[in-house]
Amino acid sequence: MTRSSQWLYGWLLLLPAAALLALFTHYPTVGTLWHSFFSTPRSARPAAFIGLENYRQLIDDAIFWQALSNNLWYAAGTIPLSIALALLMAAWVNASIAGRGFLRLAYFTPTVLPMIAVANIWLFFYTPEYGLLEKMTAAFGLSTHNWLGSKNTALGALMAVAVWKEAGFFMIFYLAALQQMSPHLAEAAAIEGASRWYFFRRVTFPLLMPTTLFVLVNAVINAFRLVDHIVVMTRGGPDNATELLLFYIYEIGFRFWDPAYAAALTMILLALLGAAALGQFWFLERKVHYQ
Amino acid sequence: MNAALHGRSGLGESLETIAAWLLGALWILPLAYAVWTAFHPGEFSTHFSLSAPLTLENFVRAWHAAPFARYFMNTIALCAMILAAQLVLCTLAAYAFARFEFPGRSVLFALVLVQLMIMPDVLIVENYRTMSALGLRDTIVAIGLPYMASAFGIFLLRQTFKTVPKELDEAARVEGCTPLQVLWKVYVPLAKPVYLAFALVSVSYHWNNFLWPLIITNSVESRPLTVGLQVFSSTDQGIDWSIITAATLLTTAPLLVAFLLFQRQFVQSFMRAGIK
Repeated sequence: MTRSSQWLYGWLLLLPAAALLALFTHYPTVGTLWHSFFSTPRSARPAAFIGLENYRQLIDDAIFWQALSNNLWYAAGTIPLSIALALLMAAWVNASIAGRGFLRLAYFTPTVLPMIAVANIWLFFYTPEYGLLEKMTAAFGLSTHNWLGSKNTALGALMAVAVWKEAGFFMIFYLAALQQMSPHLAEAAAIEGASRWYFFRRVTFPLLMPTTLFVLVNAVINAFRLVDHIVVMTRGGPDNATELLLFYIYEIGFRFWDPAYAAALTMILLALLGAAALGQFWFLERKVHYQ
Repeated sequence: MNAALHGRSGLGESLETIAAWLLGALWILPLAYAVWTAFHPGEFSTHFSLSAPLTLENFVRAWHAAPFARYFMNTIALCAMILAAQLVLCTLAAYAFARFEFPGRSVLFALVLVQLMIMPDVLIVENYRTMSALGLRDTIVAIGLPYMASAFGIFLLRQTFKTVPKELDEAARVEGCTPLQVLWKVYVPLAKPVYLAFALVSVSYHWNNFLWPLIITNSVESRPLTVGLQVFSSTDQGIDWSIITAATLLTTAPLLVAFLLFQRQFVQSFMRAGIK
């Protein structure tokens, strides 16, 4: 095949996917930035260029800061916990534990179900007085508590749902990595008399580093991307205690119909995701070199 | 053997087994609870008794309380449409990246990977604007369009195509195959397990997707199951939990049953998708 027909084929094969990506990923990314410099058109006035006004509004917006801090707490709470649990689950179902098939099923099932559906189930679970959680705490003689209705516990209750939903998903990737590890390593370590914890810390965990990184990136994205359970369970309340960034963007954009301000908020979210991507590359360059 | 190798004591091992089972029970508990509530009359939804009668009444009432049949059709159409488009578009693009030399290849590949970080899920405001301009608001096509060119699919297939020996490719060319025939006869058959993996991941993702469909749809004719379920449980039902949990199980049943039947393939697919 000649060089020019190679070029032509390459470009033509790529064209349909590239067109759709440009239209629904690249254009909207640039468009978000562009529209964040304009005001929202109202019936009497068309959209006007207002420079950084939307960003100034953002700095003064207490709910935005609360959503940002909630989201960071949410990420800090759910990511390490779900990764640690995933690793533990993977280690268990990879070993010759009794009832391995059932355990694998139990851990993984939440992953295949829609968040919106499991959020309904958890909503019922948390219901004051009637819910299963209340029945259990009552059995221990604790007083009744409105888990989703109280500012102190609402975000934590949602984090529990996220961890429950995600840990089994991440387990799969650890399981795949563990199954590819050579059994000779464990044999050698046992001959040397290494304890299991030592072996895990010095051999297994470093070898799982690429998987951990992959899972970490996914976990970070999901912490900012998935707000379905907020819609079902709390709608950002009580008193904005469970307001997350993307849910706030949804509210501003589609309940208060202020797409210009929503664009400025989206830029913050994109900046956070971009920072996560850069962090990942930086980390890849420095830490994950073997293989 | 493992236990001996790792110097695990019998006591430690049984403690670990108990812990693993406790966690498993905890993980399955919300689901078991939902099943209990859905299959028993309302008065048993919060108290447990072995003598509680089983019933399908909740499912019948849920099914008739909202147009779930239509929602099912919409979701199936949506998943099928997205998957078909993804398979074609991603195959072509992956083939280009894996086997053709053309200017701008690495830049374009980097531009594709951008979508792994900036998913359509966060670009809701601008995509809504685009769909309005295209006159596609409140259609099933509009739900699917932003996801059809999947960076994940392109990446996965490119990695797979790169492992196909060049000799096979060249042999087919010598036989007189055009590049598209080579793709169809050599690359696609060799990538079958990867296609299966991708299909399972894609269908379960789009069956479950919620926020974008919630925004872009506005009528029974285009709403997928997830949005239909939310509309149903937030407005119509008050707090009749038996019916809501029945509807919840109803909407997830096909996926759950498929998962239970093809558990091994599911798990392996997700693994395969993750390794690449």
